[in-house]
Amino acid sequence: MANSWKEWERPLLDLEDGVLKLKHLAARELDPAKKAALEKRIEDFEERIRSFIEVKYSRLGPWEEVLLARAEPRPYTLDYINQILPDFRELDGDRRFGADHAIVAGPARFDGQPVMVVGHQKGRDIKERAYRNFAMAKPEGYRKAIRMFEMAERFRMPVITFVDTPAADPGVESESRGISEAIAASMLSMFELTVPVVSIIIGEGGSGGAIGIAIGNKVLMMEHAVYSVIPPEGCAAILWRDPGKKAQAAAALKLTSASALEFNLVDEVIKEPFGGAHRNAVEAGESIQAAISKYMGELQKMSPSELKEQRYQRFRALGIFETE
Amino acid sequence: MAKVMKPGEANGGNFVQCKGCKKTLFASEFKDNLFVCNYCGHHHRLTWRQRVECTFDEGSFKPLDTELVSVDSLQFPEYAEKHTASVEKLDQNDSVVGGIAQLDGIDVSTAISDFTFMGGSMGSVAGEIITRALERGAEQKMPVIIFCASGGARMQEGLLSLMQMAKTTAGVHKCREVGVPFIAVFTDPTMAGVLASYASIADVIIAEPRCLIGFAGARVSKQAQVVKAPDDFQTAEFVFRSGMLDRIVERREMRGMLTSLVSMFGAHLREGTNG
Repeated sequence: MANSWKEWERPLLDLEDGVLKLKHLAARELDPAKKAALEKRIEDFEERIRSFIEVKYSRLGPWEEVLLARAEPRPYTLDYINQILPDFRELDGDRRFGADHAIVAGPARFDGQPVMVVGHQKGRDIKERAYRNFAMAKPEGYRKAIRMFEMAERFRMPVITFVDTPAADPGVESESRGISEAIAASMLSMFELTVPVVSIIIGEGGSGGAIGIAIGNKVLMMEHAVYSVIPPEGCAAILWRDPGKKAQAAAALKLTSASALEFNLVDEVIKEPFGGAHRNAVEAGESIQAAISKYMGELQKMSPSELKEQRYQRFRALGIFETE
Repeated sequence: MAKVMKPGEANGGNFVQCKGCKKTLFASEFKDNLFVCNYCGHHHRLTWRQRVECTFDEGSFKPLDTELVSVDSLQFPEYAEKHTASVEKLDQNDSVVGGIAQLDGIDVSTAISDFTFMGGSMGSVAGEIITRALERGAEQKMPVIIFCASGGARMQEGLLSLMQMAKTTAGVHKCREVGVPFIAVFTDPTMAGVLASYASIADVIIAEPRCLIGFAGARVSKQAQVVKAPDDFQTAEFVFRSGMLDRIVERREMRGMLTSLVSMFGAHLREGTNG
């Protein structure tokens, strides 16, 4: 069982690396016969990559979905913002305690219209990961989000949230500044909105930290994102006292986009490009843009009170039980 | 040695051992003292029935929504067995019991979570009962009091449990819209998904002394940061100092505290009716 996305995709990454090297050689090759031979090999490699992806991605289990959702080259919130939300102006600070860079927020334009954007932000290298606290927001992050939601309400701007966090920050400081209250208050402020809200789970939907900014009129999920009440490692540790049984836990938790859709917990699963969003971030961004556009169009036909009521009813209805 | 008395067990042993200081207590005195040790003040955990007896006007509690039954929709390993065992042992459907009760004659909507039932965890049924208790308060203009005792969301119901955080928060939203006061009482323990949803956004939050209150398990929190955790980390006293709750109230004072609060904060609801 692979422990990381890199391990799981290793043979594929090696092939892709090989193609790059061959292309480099072919570009410098002057002898037409040798160049043709190299190009033949490149084509060959690319065909192998295609069939490899087809096979590998048709056999994705829940644990592999977790690895993919966590993959470092996956597009993050700011990647999507830069592509589909022009004129984004990042605003910061909770006006209470501090700045939190695990959540980015601010106004931008979507299809020309002003919107408010809030999303978790991961980092790609060690330095940025530390700066972003691995996208684990502290109370300050959620209180900044609340500020943005309240401005969106005052200035009648639709809200778009991007969810991508392993969990909220569990540290001693976060506890003492009320991380639980901050998450709950953020959810509450989203229930109070009378503007359209679309939330998209783009990578890791990690428990309370995720749902804290995921109270949308519509909740969408990327095909290879996961959404879970507890990380599989934590679940395995509690259930079987063995964090190593994370793959079994991932399967038991039903944390894939297909399961979330089956239980009607998300409204739509956005299909990812061939081989995952990290193989073609632009195409993934275009799919997200089309989905937001479609749902914003629907939601903007509703009145402010209808929007609030629809959001309430959407979450009010969640849960499966029987009556005796 | 005898463990803490369970309901109906008083006839057996005359003595109980305190879980705090380990001293031996007279069972009858222990019960009269609302299951609080008269040596060290340790507040023992209560079942929902004991909580009703310790809190509300005698005979005023009427359970509601008792027809709701949990479903193992994920086919989660060992969930059905664990759940059935709890139902049979405790004679209740799930970890939370909802209903209406009175405090000095004032009607309140209530829900009580019981840690003995699967750690008080919140799945679809518990979330529904809590949300209905909040909605009932909002609709019938009754103050809402919820007693929390939970390890958090019930992981055996997966994402459905996470959604109960949103659903119960929506219930609080309904109370706020119509000016119905909502009081949360944190008892040992109040953790994770319960703390990070409806519980933390109550109008007034009261905790029993020294109860465990926290977002993440203490082990995770302490690992996560270089900042040293204080000795009383994640206790009611620590959370009070952090400004996250209004008062720490001893059990024998709890009924009086709640009665005063619902009487004052709920006065505007009763004007022109029975108030």
